[in-house]
Amino acid sequence: MGSLFENMQAVPLSHYIWFCAIIFTIGVVGVLVRRNAIIIFMSVELMLNAVNLLLAAFSVHHNDPSGQVFVFFIMALAAAEVAVGLSIIVMVYRNTQSIDINVLNRLKW
Amino acid sequence: MGTSVFYFVATLSIISALMVVFAKNPIHSVLYLILTFFTFTIHYVLLNAQFLAVVNFIVYMGAIMVLFLFVLMLLNLNKENEPNKSVLLRIIGVIAGGCLVVTLIGSLKSAVINTPLELKDQNLGLVENLGKELFGQFMLPFELSSLLLLSAMVGAILLTKKEEKTNG
Repeated sequence: MGSLFENMQAVPLSHYIWFCAIIFTIGVVGVLVRRNAIIIFMSVELMLNAVNLLLAAFSVHHNDPSGQVFVFFIMALAAAEVAVGLSIIVMVYRNTQSIDINVLNRLKW
Repeated sequence: MGTSVFYFVATLSIISALMVVFAKNPIHSVLYLILTFFTFTIHYVLLNAQFLAVVNFIVYMGAIMVLFLFVLMLLNLNKENEPNKSVLLRIIGVIAGGCLVVTLIGSLKSAVINTPLELKDQNLGLVENLGKELFGQFMLPFELSSLLLLSAMVGAILLTKKEEKTNG
């Protein structure tokens, strides 16, 4: 494992930032263009993962384990969020027979 | 091989993330999302964050993805009620995303230190080190997260429980 990391030492931190920015943006685009509620949830997961990876990269950069502890907390939060969110989706499907988020536009007012 | 592993895995995860968003079938989306999470696990291994790699593998690819697949199969979505946004809205969404990524990269370009990432402490991301951190400095948030998980569990059960007809 150590020798594997020796090869990684030439990757600049900025490339991690760009990579995570791209993944985060893909998640944002997914939330914007899709209407299937489950796909929107998956896009949110993508965004959370991008942030997680960036936190881990910065934790390595600053030699500080707190960043990786935060990633652990974010993972616990994501698990809770997915459980509640998917149960809400199941409820919506049971009431409207659809998971199209436009069915819920009456929530706007 | 050098750094080419990182770039190869990064390309793979960007492609599979794009496929998550633009795949027509939701089942394919979930499968591509599993692939994306697997590439993220590889990224954690490359950063020598072994604890996070294992947790990512178990929690995301194990628990969360099974939950997604389970709900997707439970809802039994047909092709007819597969929602689709108009082309104009899709194009606007993609343009907005492009603006966001350009803004993010442009604003971070000047702030970023271009030094290569180096691991000063070899056992930074190992379980022993993180456990000491987790049960020392982050003891209270750790206990609170257990409360959060408990409330999420109770909330999920309460939400999905069938409404009983109550008179009065």
